[in-house]
Amino acid sequence: MDLIVSQILTGLSIASILMLIALGLAIIYGVTGVINLAHGEVVMLGAYCAWVLQTQFGLSLLVSLVPIFALLFVFGWIIEAVIIRHLYDRPLDTILATWGIGVMAQQAVRLLAGGELRYVEMPPSLSSSITIFGATESSYRLFVLVVAVGLFALTWYIYRKTSFGLKLRAITQNRSVASSFGVNSARIYRQTFAFGAGVAGLAGALVSPLKSVSPEMGTSYVVDAFMVVVLGGVQSLFGTMASSAILGELSGLLAFFSNDTIAKALVLLLIVVLIRFRPQGLFVTRVRS
Amino acid sequence: MKRNRRQFLQGGAALGAFAVAGFPHIWSKNADLAWAANGEIKVGVLFSLTGTTAIIEESLNKAAIMAIDEINAAGGINGRKLVAVIEDPASDPATFAEKARKLVLSDKCVSVFGSFTSASRKAVLPVFEKQKSLYWYPTLYEGRECSKNVIYGGAVPNQQQDDFIPWLVNKFGKRWYLIGSNYIYPKEENNYCKKLLKTLGAEVVAEEYVPLGHSEFSSVINKLKAEKPNVIFSTVVGDSVVALHRQYHAAGLDPANMPMASLTTSENEVAAMGGAAAAGHFTSAPYFMVWDSPENQKFVEAYKSRWGGDKVTQFVSEATYFQVHLFKQAVAKLAASDISPESIREAVKGEQYKAPQGLVKVEPENLHCWLRPKIGQCQPDGQFKILKQSADWLEPDPYKAYPNQKCTASGLKTI
Repeated sequence: MDLIVSQILTGLSIASILMLIALGLAIIYGVTGVINLAHGEVVMLGAYCAWVLQTQFGLSLLVSLVPIFALLFVFGWIIEAVIIRHLYDRPLDTILATWGIGVMAQQAVRLLAGGELRYVEMPPSLSSSITIFGATESSYRLFVLVVAVGLFALTWYIYRKTSFGLKLRAITQNRSVASSFGVNSARIYRQTFAFGAGVAGLAGALVSPLKSVSPEMGTSYVVDAFMVVVLGGVQSLFGTMASSAILGELSGLLAFFSNDTIAKALVLLLIVVLIRFRPQGLFVTRVRS
Repeated sequence: MKRNRRQFLQGGAALGAFAVAGFPHIWSKNADLAWAANGEIKVGVLFSLTGTTAIIEESLNKAAIMAIDEINAAGGINGRKLVAVIEDPASDPATFAEKARKLVLSDKCVSVFGSFTSASRKAVLPVFEKQKSLYWYPTLYEGRECSKNVIYGGAVPNQQQDDFIPWLVNKFGKRWYLIGSNYIYPKEENNYCKKLLKTLGAEVVAEEYVPLGHSEFSSVINKLKAEKPNVIFSTVVGDSVVALHRQYHAAGLDPANMPMASLTTSENEVAAMGGAAAAGHFTSAPYFMVWDSPENQKFVEAYKSRWGGDKVTQFVSEATYFQVHLFKQAVAKLAASDISPESIREAVKGEQYKAPQGLVKVEPENLHCWLRPKIGQCQPDGQFKILKQSADWLEPDPYKAYPNQKCTASGLKTI
């Protein structure tokens, strides 16, 4: 029994990390259609912000979450205003531009902070483990799960229940018609991009006590994030949640019964097969075309 | 048109003939002193300064430069200064090969100090064997190599495990869980480990490999909780070491009854995972930063004052350092006109040097080093406490796991 609970919790933990990272990308890709290859580097920057705030200013991780969101929000704002906004109708150019931003960010971090692995301390209040139904789980992982669900709920609320979200949905359906209704689409795009970047930065900060902080940590995350978003269906927030849950549980289970190398390969295979038969992903937003 | 082409071809052929004849090199008076011309001896330094393995390789670069500067400050080698030609192969084996070729062919380095990963060493090996140059490889590796063009300064499996495994079996028990990154180094180490465990009557409950750079270990932790081994023999490398230790600690597992025993967890990784996650686990290596010897004190002080008080030294940067000094000792024995990669190789056979870890020696048969392995347990402050040290130096045998093969001075022999 405790093994089953353990497995479920493990899967949920992996899924929550996946979802945190993919949420920012889902927002940006889903709304603006920008393929942001610098997403992994934004996650990495969030982790480095956590490290800097901890070593230079002595802020514990929990306290620094809000400043990190704000910092990466501003970063996303600037990137969008300077580079991305010129490239909305040119998808290939956005790929190139965001890839370039990613490479520059990685090297800048390496020049400024050095290439060594950095240490972000886990908050002492969350360093113990909790026993649920006989299975022990790290309380920090449960905290990350709670934060992931909370962020998702917040995003969903903004998307569905606020006037900002309404404008967002209008722009997603048809940008020019929405503009003709007086919606400032440029500003909304910028705010969306910044919000997506902020969420990605939070993800990086939250993941850093479980792993390590290095300039190349983002590269693997962007691949996982895209897989989650594409599998879940673009423009569907619930799709992101569902696909991260499925992928997380599946990797956990497969890794337990065989090993992580096989698990990774099988999960990728599954995604390829699923996309082959359902290219639009799991959840489709029905659009009258 | 026809005439122009004929003239062009004739001119080209003449030029080609000149170049092949070696003009003007063959007429240069300094041809004999090609390796030590202008009072300088050029050596290559080939460690990644960018890319994934730069994390550790830049410390090797720093150790090499520091050793070279020390030698020059003491007057060089018989009055000739060492000139370091530094290249950055960016953690990519193909770039390693390209830069190695450049260092040997166009920069005319008489030796090159380089490489951390086995992949990069395998990539540059053909260059050094074909050009009959000399490569000084400081990193611990999986053995099973017998090149006449490489001086190996790192430990091979028998040196790291012959003391370590029996000690752990005695202290903790016979159920072992082997986990490593998915490439040749962990696989060979596990191969050797399994052979040793068999002779000790111990049992391998599981052997698994995770992708390189993998950082999600929750399934592995679940398996550990289910199997409850006595010892976890970990050969994961890089980011994975840090992630595994941190998640092990976060899951509440206890190193007092299920310790992780590693060959690769050094002071660098410990700094990145924090003392709390590192404490209680064991590493076997020829060198630890806390090792108490006058040579080590000098080495650590010099390293910290040159590169920063927060820097750490570990077993690979120490090996890089002593290899440069072994090089100096070998070259010092030669006359200036005799300096060449082959003569340096012959001169360094049997050379001894008082390295920070203790006295080391280059084994003439297989060009590996006699080293002094130690067993350290990590403490909460991030340094190691040395629990056991080898009584004397240990002979390197890169083919010990393959009893029908032996590396000798005349090549790999099948017995």
